[in-house]
Amino acid sequence: MQFETLLLILVAMTVASFVLGRQRAVAVAGRCGGIRALHSLPKYYGYYAAICCALPGLALLLLWLGLADRVVVERVVDSLPAELRELPEAQRSLLVNDIKNIAAGQFVDPGKREELAVAAELYLSLKDSSRRILSGLIVLLGFVGFGWSWLRLRPELRARNRVESVARIGLALASTLAIFTTIGIVASVLFEALRFFDRIPVSEFLFGLTWSPQTALRADQVGSSGAFGAVPLFAGTALISLIAMTVALPIGLMTAIYLSEYASRRVRAWVKPALEVLAGVPTVVYGYFAALTVAPLLRGFGQSLGLDVASESALGAGLVMGIMIIPFVSSLSDDVINAVPQAMRDGSLGLGATHSETIKRVVIPAALPGIVGGALLAVSRAIGETMIVVMAAGLAANLTVNPLEAVTTVTVQIVTLLVGDQEFDSAKTLAAFALGLVLFVVTLLLNIIALQVVRRYREQYE
Amino acid sequence: MNGAASQEQVLERVRASLGRRYRQERRFRLYGLASALLGLMFVGLIFGTIISNGYTAFWQTQVLIDVYFDPAVIDPGGGRDPLELARADYNRLARAALTELFPDVRARRDRRSLNRLLSSGAAYQLRDMVLAEPELIGKHRAVWVPADDEVDMVVKGYIDRSLPEKSRRVKDRQLAWIDRLADAGRLERHFNAAFFESGDSREPELAGIGGAALGSFYMLLVTLVLSFPLGVAAAVYLEEFAPRNRWVDLIEVNINNLAAVPSIVFGLLGLAVFINFLGMPRSAPVVGGLVLTLMTLPTIIIASRAALKSVPPSVREAALGVGASQMQMVLHHVVPLALPGMLTGTIIGMARALGESAPLLMIGMVAFIVELPGSPFEPATALPVQIYLWADSPERAFVERTSAAIIVLLAFLLLMNGAAIWLRKRFERRW
Repeated sequence: MQFETLLLILVAMTVASFVLGRQRAVAVAGRCGGIRALHSLPKYYGYYAAICCALPGLALLLLWLGLADRVVVERVVDSLPAELRELPEAQRSLLVNDIKNIAAGQFVDPGKREELAVAAELYLSLKDSSRRILSGLIVLLGFVGFGWSWLRLRPELRARNRVESVARIGLALASTLAIFTTIGIVASVLFEALRFFDRIPVSEFLFGLTWSPQTALRADQVGSSGAFGAVPLFAGTALISLIAMTVALPIGLMTAIYLSEYASRRVRAWVKPALEVLAGVPTVVYGYFAALTVAPLLRGFGQSLGLDVASESALGAGLVMGIMIIPFVSSLSDDVINAVPQAMRDGSLGLGATHSETIKRVVIPAALPGIVGGALLAVSRAIGETMIVVMAAGLAANLTVNPLEAVTTVTVQIVTLLVGDQEFDSAKTLAAFALGLVLFVVTLLLNIIALQVVRRYREQYE
Repeated sequence: MNGAASQEQVLERVRASLGRRYRQERRFRLYGLASALLGLMFVGLIFGTIISNGYTAFWQTQVLIDVYFDPAVIDPGGGRDPLELARADYNRLARAALTELFPDVRARRDRRSLNRLLSSGAAYQLRDMVLAEPELIGKHRAVWVPADDEVDMVVKGYIDRSLPEKSRRVKDRQLAWIDRLADAGRLERHFNAAFFESGDSREPELAGIGGAALGSFYMLLVTLVLSFPLGVAAAVYLEEFAPRNRWVDLIEVNINNLAAVPSIVFGLLGLAVFINFLGMPRSAPVVGGLVLTLMTLPTIIIASRAALKSVPPSVREAALGVGASQMQMVLHHVVPLALPGMLTGTIIGMARALGESAPLLMIGMVAFIVELPGSPFEPATALPVQIYLWADSPERAFVERTSAAIIVLLAFLLLMNGAAIWLRKRFERRW
């Protein structure tokens, strides 16, 4: 049975249960004093029947979606001849892929063994029968569930309360998804990172000065583990983020000050959304802009000054990243500056200070914690930004503070290590997860600190 | 007497410093203005560069050739078998037609560089014509076929003719031929429909954003179907039902932190969980949609909660007062009132998801894919990823196409954000 047909049947059964349940409620009520004898509105009895019919089947379906393929693949692998079964994990998964491809009718290297074709057939038949069992079970569960609700349906059944509590559980489950996402992130990143640290000691990763994962390509090579000292990456990330913040912080802050303290309402109404356009531009566009326009510009400018600027210089990537962050800084600072009570400004102005003196000596110091918090959030943005640096920063890990040279960043390395076909177990791919762990932890810490600072600042003026 | 003197002195000092202070004030104000203008200038610069680089890609140079659909080439057997027809050498027809236009070109090398003026897509076009209309065989027909991307670049004026011949990809002889074609009225710019309809290609003149746009569409569809109901449900629970306890605090902290997790980390999650653990297909929009769902959920939840918060308590109390249960109160009264705000948040989340590319690189949506995806389970790329792929290509014509793809992407984003603003303006209510 097709998957779509199964879903359609399930939907049809659910709708039928609703209609029948509702009718039955009305009929039952008719026997003992009319519709007023019912505890809930008739439609709730319909919902009750529909839930009883569909929910067990849906739960089964989810379970099947998660597990069926694994079970089937396991059975297929068990059926393979012994010498294929005992292959190392990575090769076996390739084999399974081949079997699936044959089963899907795709072209596969004809030199492949006869056994694979047999296995593919087994795979198909197992899949087919598992799908058939699933369909039968779902339909059966639907009937059983509906029958159960049919028998239990009495006027005094508190149908609304039951339906509502099911709905409430559904809502609560939806809200826990955020926790599961976090757990998923931490688990996936941490698990692979730990496997990486089995091979490369943590201290070498965190404090090593050379990064050249590419040397790990040949397994028979002496010292084939490559070099996984991530300090050059951290330094490169820090350098580019620093350049970005040097661009974004003054421009963003001054823009916020100008717009909230000086600009007329009309100017503000036009300039603010225009600047926010910068925040909506996808980062891949910034990356393209950096690589196509800014980098050649910087190179030409450097040449005219007699400087040698690398075509993938940290400066280019940092500048463009700074442009990207400007609206972020300015809108956060804008909020904070507006939160400073007007009375403080009035007091300062009343004592004879000029507008700018008021801003510099009163408003900014008062808003400083909020601004610092916003800046921290911006830094975490810069550290985690990927596309700009992938397109405009270098690949080679140079340990340098010269912004005119090419440096690489943590995110660039994650992308280069994971894009393309790679076996999943090599130290190279696992290193990407270790870098991801560092990235996650650092941005998380920055965010927590920033949110704390901002919250404390808000409380101060509330 | 002493007081009066000191007052005088103070006034004197204040007056003396006044000019400096006013100058400082003006300078400070100027800095602010300059920063705001600088920001605006960046907006203009980015949009200006992209648009001026890209708008020409919406037109493509085509060449008018008189094709003789030679039966000896197309269908030597004469059986009109579609399979036979599809396999014929249509390049030969196009080449023959070109030779007819330039009878003076004889030498093999010259002929070859002459043939290079036509795109390899010309043969496909002739094939499709014959397959659609087999009666063409044996007839003459004037056909507009796409020119090679280098010709396109020359016509659009991107190639500097004054450069020495060696540093140009288009040689002097070819330039002369192009000029002859143009003088004969056989070179025209037509609307570049292929750019919107076809998938990726190594040939710039055949490459299009159709496949990538379709991939993005499937992905956004998955994201919307999952993230809107889930996000609204989570927001309703947290805002209306959740008890104040540790568990709920934990959920809230999680949502706020997830909103600030770098997008690439979500890509790592997708790679490890969806692809390696659950065995979902690589490069499929459905996986991309799932990853983007997890990424946009916090945005949608936060926006939806704000919308729910703005519904005044009096509405809730009135509903409860006439005997509605809490669920009825929320579903019948509060959620409908908060719906515009929730939709606005969702659209903004979708717009962000549309522009996102880093997590998609992780889950293998960076493949070179020519076919258009037929369903969310087939390999595809997305618009931003296509931009990333093209940005790496060395051909001059791809610069134009990358920019044009960016224009399309930005147009979509503008449309979505515009819709969000319109929705907010239209349904905003002050209580």
